[in-house]
Amino acid sequence: MPGATADFLEVGKVVTLPIDAITRTQLALYAGASGDHNPIHIDIDFARAAGMPDVFAHGMLGMAFLGRLLTSMAGPECIRSFSVRFVSIINVGDRLTCSATVTQCELAGGVASVTLELSASNQAGGLKMVGAAELTITLLEREHR
Amino acid sequence: MLDRSFIGRAFEPFSIAVEPGRLKFFANVIGETDPVFFDRTAAEAAGYKDVMVPPTFLWCLEMTRENPLDTLDLLGIDIARILHGEQSFRYFNSAYSGDLLTYKAHIADIYDKKKGQLEFVVRETQIINQDEVPVAELRTTVIVRND
Repeated sequence: MPGATADFLEVGKVVTLPIDAITRTQLALYAGASGDHNPIHIDIDFARAAGMPDVFAHGMLGMAFLGRLLTSMAGPECIRSFSVRFVSIINVGDRLTCSATVTQCELAGGVASVTLELSASNQAGGLKMVGAAELTITLLEREHR
Repeated sequence: MLDRSFIGRAFEPFSIAVEPGRLKFFANVIGETDPVFFDRTAAEAAGYKDVMVPPTFLWCLEMTRENPLDTLDLLGIDIARILHGEQSFRYFNSAYSGDLLTYKAHIADIYDKKKGQLEFVVRETQIINQDEVPVAELRTTVIVRND
Protein backbone atom coordinates (compact mmCIF):
# COMPACT_ATOMS: atom_id res chain seq x y z
CA MET A 1 0.00 0.00 0.00
CA PRO A 2 2.60 2.67 0.90
CA GLY A 3 4.64 2.42 -2.29
CA ALA A 4 1.54 2.27 -4.45
CA THR A 5 0.35 5.76 -3.56
CA ALA A 6 3.76 7.39 -3.35
CA ASP A 7 2.88 9.84 -6.14
CA PHE A 8 2.44 12.61 -3.56
CA LEU A 9 6.09 12.55 -2.47
CA GLU A 10 6.90 16.09 -3.55
CA VAL A 11 6.65 19.42 -1.72
CA GLY A 12 3.52 21.26 -2.76
CA LYS A 13 1.51 18.16 -3.73
CA VAL A 14 -2.09 18.26 -2.50
CA VAL A 15 -4.28 15.24 -1.77
CA THR A 16 -7.98 15.71 -1.02
CA LEU A 17 -10.82 13.53 0.22
CA PRO A 18 -14.49 14.57 -0.12
CA ILE A 19 -16.74 13.45 2.74
CA ASP A 20 -20.49 12.79 2.57
CA ALA A 21 -22.80 15.29 4.31
CA ILE A 22 -22.95 14.87 8.09
CA THR A 23 -26.28 13.38 9.22
CA ARG A 24 -27.96 13.16 12.62
CA THR A 25 -27.95 9.38 12.31
CA GLN A 26 -24.19 9.48 11.85
CA LEU A 27 -23.78 11.56 15.01
CA ALA A 28 -25.85 9.07 17.01
CA LEU A 29 -23.89 6.13 15.64
CA TYR A 30 -20.57 7.93 16.19
CA ALA A 31 -21.51 8.55 19.82
CA GLY A 32 -21.92 4.80 20.23
CA ALA A 33 -18.89 3.79 18.21
CA SER A 34 -16.54 6.35 19.76
CA GLY A 35 -17.69 6.22 23.38
CA ASP A 36 -18.17 10.00 23.38
CA HIS A 37 -21.72 10.21 24.74
CA ASN A 38 -21.80 13.96 25.32
CA PRO A 39 -25.53 14.71 24.72
CA ILE A 40 -24.73 18.02 23.03
CA HIS A 41 -24.01 16.02 19.84
CA ILE A 42 -27.14 13.85 19.86
CA ASP A 43 -29.90 15.50 21.92
CA ILE A 44 -31.28 18.75 20.47
CA ASP A 45 -33.07 19.61 23.74
CA PHE A 46 -29.78 19.42 25.61
CA ALA A 47 -27.96 21.40 22.90
CA ARG A 48 -30.55 24.21 23.01
CA ALA A 49 -30.47 24.34 26.79
CA ALA A 50 -26.70 24.80 26.46
CA GLY A 51 -27.24 27.79 24.18
CA MET A 52 -26.53 26.08 20.88
CA PRO A 53 -29.01 26.29 17.97
CA ASP A 54 -28.72 22.58 17.16
CA VAL A 55 -26.65 19.49 17.81
CA PHE A 56 -23.27 19.54 16.08
CA ALA A 57 -20.64 17.02 15.08
CA HIS A 58 -18.08 15.58 17.46
CA GLY A 59 -14.73 17.17 16.67
CA MET A 60 -13.23 13.70 16.71
CA LEU A 61 -15.59 12.60 13.93
CA GLY A 62 -14.04 15.36 11.83
CA MET A 63 -10.56 14.23 12.85
CA ALA A 64 -11.49 10.65 11.90
CA PHE A 65 -12.19 11.92 8.36
CA LEU A 66 -8.72 13.51 8.23
CA GLY A 67 -7.42 10.16 9.51
CA ARG A 68 -9.11 8.47 6.54
CA LEU A 69 -7.26 10.88 4.25
CA LEU A 70 -3.94 9.95 5.90
CA THR A 71 -4.54 6.19 5.69
CA SER A 72 -5.58 6.56 2.04
CA MET A 73 -2.09 7.98 1.44
CA ALA A 74 -0.05 5.49 3.48
CA GLY A 75 -0.60 2.55 5.82
CA PRO A 76 -1.55 3.43 9.40
CA GLU A 77 1.85 2.17 10.60
CA CYS A 78 3.48 5.01 8.61
CA ILE A 79 1.89 7.78 10.70
CA ARG A 80 4.32 9.21 13.25
CA SER A 81 2.21 12.14 14.46
CA PHE A 82 -1.20 13.62 13.77
CA SER A 83 -2.58 16.79 15.31
CA VAL A 84 -5.65 18.93 14.74
CA ARG A 85 -7.03 22.23 16.00
CA PHE A 86 -10.81 22.43 15.80
CA VAL A 87 -11.36 25.89 14.30
CA SER A 88 -15.15 26.06 14.12
CA ILE A 89 -18.15 23.84 14.77
CA ILE A 90 -19.00 21.17 12.17
CA ASN A 91 -22.76 21.25 11.61
CA VAL A 92 -25.32 18.69 10.47
CA GLY A 93 -25.43 18.88 6.66
CA ASP A 94 -21.83 20.03 6.30
CA ARG A 95 -20.01 18.41 3.40
CA LEU A 96 -16.33 18.48 4.28
CA THR A 97 -13.39 18.33 1.98
CA CYS A 98 -10.28 17.09 3.75
CA SER A 99 -6.97 18.24 2.35
CA ALA A 100 -3.31 17.40 2.89
CA THR A 101 -0.46 19.49 1.46
CA VAL A 102 3.09 18.20 1.45
CA THR A 103 5.27 20.83 3.16
CA GLN A 104 8.42 18.73 3.60
CA CYS A 105 9.59 15.56 1.91
CA GLU A 106 12.97 13.93 2.44
CA LEU A 107 14.04 10.71 0.76
CA ALA A 108 16.91 8.71 2.23
CA GLY A 109 17.74 5.02 2.04
CA GLY A 110 14.38 4.03 0.58
CA VAL A 111 12.50 5.85 3.31
CA ALA A 112 10.40 8.97 2.76
CA SER A 113 9.89 11.36 5.68
CA VAL A 114 6.89 13.50 4.85
CA THR A 115 5.36 16.44 6.69
CA LEU A 116 1.79 17.36 5.81
CA GLU A 117 -0.30 20.42 6.49
CA LEU A 118 -3.94 19.39 6.97
CA SER A 119 -7.22 21.25 6.68
CA ALA A 120 -10.93 20.62 6.27
CA SER A 121 -13.57 23.04 5.03
CA ASN A 122 -17.29 22.72 4.35
CA GLN A 123 -19.21 23.36 1.11
CA ALA A 124 -19.34 27.12 1.86
CA GLY A 125 -15.56 27.28 2.26
CA GLY A 126 -15.82 27.59 6.04
CA LEU A 127 -12.63 26.37 7.68
CA LYS A 128 -13.37 23.64 10.26
CA MET A 129 -10.03 22.08 11.14
CA VAL A 130 -6.34 22.73 10.61
CA GLY A 131 -3.58 20.35 11.53
CA ALA A 132 -0.39 18.56 10.69
CA ALA A 133 0.92 15.05 10.30
CA GLU A 134 4.27 13.33 9.89
CA LEU A 135 4.60 10.13 7.88
CA THR A 136 7.54 7.75 7.52
CA ILE A 137 7.05 5.64 4.43
CA THR A 138 9.30 2.74 3.54
CA LEU A 139 9.27 2.65 -0.24
CA LEU A 140 10.72 -0.84 -0.67
CA GLU A 141 8.56 -3.95 -0.57
CA ARG A 142 8.52 -5.40 2.92
CA GLU A 143 7.71 -8.92 3.98
CA HIS A 144 6.18 -7.75 7.24
CA ARG A 145 5.02 -4.38 8.43
CA MET B 1 -11.71 29.92 37.43
CA LEU B 2 -10.51 26.35 37.43
CA ASP B 3 -8.20 25.31 40.24
CA ARG B 4 -4.68 25.32 38.76
CA SER B 5 -3.43 23.11 41.59
CA PHE B 6 -4.81 20.13 39.67
CA ILE B 7 -2.05 20.51 37.07
CA GLY B 8 0.00 17.33 37.32
CA ARG B 9 -2.80 15.26 38.86
CA ALA B 10 -2.61 11.66 37.58
CA PHE B 11 -5.59 9.41 36.97
CA GLU B 12 -5.79 5.73 37.87
CA PRO B 13 -4.41 3.71 34.90
CA PHE B 14 -6.88 1.46 33.13
CA SER B 15 -6.66 -1.31 30.54
CA ILE B 16 -8.98 -1.98 27.64
CA ALA B 17 -9.16 -4.71 24.98
CA VAL B 18 -9.32 -3.73 21.31
CA GLU B 19 -12.44 -5.56 20.12
CA PRO B 20 -12.90 -6.47 16.42
CA GLY B 21 -16.65 -5.79 16.44
CA ARG B 22 -16.14 -2.28 17.73
CA LEU B 23 -13.45 -1.58 15.12
CA LYS B 24 -15.90 -2.67 12.41
CA PHE B 25 -18.63 -0.44 13.85
CA PHE B 26 -16.23 2.52 13.99
CA ALA B 27 -14.97 2.00 10.41
CA ASN B 28 -18.55 1.83 9.17
CA VAL B 29 -19.60 5.05 10.92
CA ILE B 30 -16.65 7.12 9.66
CA GLY B 31 -17.00 5.74 6.11
CA GLU B 32 -13.67 3.90 6.15
CA THR B 33 -13.67 1.43 3.25
CA ASP B 34 -10.12 0.03 3.53
CA PRO B 35 -10.72 -3.52 4.82
CA VAL B 36 -7.46 -3.59 6.84
CA PHE B 37 -9.53 -1.67 9.44
CA PHE B 38 -12.36 -4.22 9.71
CA ASP B 39 -11.53 -7.52 7.99
CA ARG B 40 -8.91 -9.83 9.45
CA THR B 41 -8.29 -11.74 6.22
CA ALA B 42 -7.69 -8.50 4.31
CA ALA B 43 -5.42 -7.20 7.07
CA GLU B 44 -3.35 -10.38 7.00
CA ALA B 45 -3.19 -10.27 3.20
CA ALA B 46 -1.81 -6.71 3.49
CA GLY B 47 0.93 -8.01 5.81
CA TYR B 48 -0.52 -7.02 9.18
CA LYS B 49 -0.86 -9.47 12.06
CA ASP B 50 -4.52 -8.51 12.63
CA VAL B 51 -7.10 -5.79 11.95
CA MET B 52 -5.49 -2.36 12.32
CA VAL B 53 -6.60 0.34 14.75
CA PRO B 54 -7.33 3.55 12.78
CA PRO B 55 -5.46 6.72 13.81
CA THR B 56 -8.08 8.41 16.02
CA PHE B 57 -9.59 5.27 17.58
CA LEU B 58 -7.04 5.26 20.42
CA TRP B 59 -8.85 8.36 21.71
CA CYS B 60 -12.19 6.54 21.50
CA LEU B 61 -10.84 3.71 23.63
CA GLU B 62 -9.87 6.27 26.26
CA MET B 63 -13.50 7.44 26.27
CA THR B 64 -14.49 3.93 27.28
CA ARG B 65 -12.83 4.20 30.71
CA GLU B 66 -15.02 3.67 33.76
CA ASN B 67 -15.71 7.39 34.15
CA PRO B 68 -15.06 9.26 30.88
CA LEU B 69 -16.03 12.47 32.67
CA ASP B 70 -13.32 12.10 35.32
CA THR B 71 -11.43 15.22 34.22
CA LEU B 72 -14.62 17.28 34.19
CA ASP B 73 -15.77 15.89 37.55
CA LEU B 74 -12.41 16.56 39.18
CA LEU B 75 -12.37 20.18 38.01
CA GLY B 76 -16.11 20.79 38.45
CA ILE B 77 -16.77 21.48 34.75
CA ASP B 78 -20.29 21.30 33.26
CA ILE B 79 -20.23 19.08 30.14
CA ALA B 80 -22.60 21.53 28.40
CA ARG B 81 -19.84 24.18 28.50
CA ILE B 82 -17.05 22.28 26.79
CA LEU B 83 -15.67 22.13 23.26
CA HIS B 84 -12.85 20.00 21.95
CA GLY B 85 -10.12 22.51 21.15
CA GLU B 86 -7.17 20.49 19.97
CA GLN B 87 -6.10 16.88 19.70
CA SER B 88 -2.74 15.38 18.95
CA PHE B 89 -1.29 11.90 18.68
CA ARG B 90 2.28 10.67 18.58
CA TYR B 91 2.51 7.06 17.42
CA PHE B 92 5.31 4.72 18.43
CA ASN B 93 4.03 1.25 17.47
CA SER B 94 0.89 -0.02 15.76
CA ALA B 95 -2.16 -1.21 17.70
CA TYR B 96 -4.18 -4.19 16.52
CA SER B 97 -7.46 -5.93 17.17
CA GLY B 98 -6.90 -8.24 20.13
CA ASP B 99 -4.41 -5.97 21.88
CA LEU B 100 -4.85 -5.11 25.55
CA LEU B 101 -3.92 -1.45 25.91
CA THR B 102 -3.12 0.33 29.17
CA TYR B 103 -3.80 4.06 29.46
CA LYS B 104 -2.03 6.34 31.95
CA ALA B 105 -3.25 9.93 31.95
CA HIS B 106 -2.62 13.14 33.83
CA ILE B 107 -3.64 16.78 33.67
CA ALA B 108 -0.76 18.46 31.86
CA ASP B 109 -1.94 22.06 31.90
CA ILE B 110 -4.77 24.45 32.74
CA TYR B 111 -4.77 28.00 31.34
CA ASP B 112 -7.14 30.71 30.20
CA LYS B 113 -7.58 33.26 27.42
CA LYS B 114 -9.79 36.32 26.93
CA LYS B 115 -9.60 37.29 30.61
CA GLY B 116 -10.93 33.92 31.74
CA GLN B 117 -13.86 33.73 29.31
CA LEU B 118 -12.22 30.65 27.87
CA GLU B 119 -10.31 28.13 29.95
CA PHE B 120 -8.25 25.27 28.57
CA VAL B 121 -7.61 21.89 30.16
CA VAL B 122 -4.90 19.69 28.67
CA ARG B 123 -4.90 15.96 29.40
CA GLU B 124 -1.91 13.86 28.36
CA THR B 125 -2.14 10.09 28.04
CA GLN B 126 0.51 7.42 27.51
CA ILE B 127 -0.59 4.13 25.98
CA ILE B 128 1.32 0.85 26.18
CA ASN B 129 0.28 -2.59 24.95
CA GLN B 130 0.20 -6.03 26.63
CA ASP B 131 3.96 -6.42 26.00
CA GLU B 132 4.61 -3.03 27.65
CA VAL B 133 5.61 -1.63 24.26
CA PRO B 134 4.76 2.08 23.88
CA VAL B 135 1.93 2.54 21.38
CA ALA B 136 1.09 6.24 21.44
CA GLU B 137 0.89 9.47 23.37
CA LEU B 138 -2.28 11.57 23.26
CA ARG B 139 -2.76 15.22 24.10
CA THR B 140 -6.38 16.37 24.45
CA THR B 141 -7.24 20.05 24.89
CA VAL B 142 -10.74 20.84 26.10
CA ILE B 143 -12.09 24.41 26.01
CA VAL B 144 -14.45 25.53 28.77
CA ARG B 145 -16.82 28.39 27.84
CA ASN B 146 -17.30 30.71 30.81
CA ASP B 147 -19.19 33.39 28.84
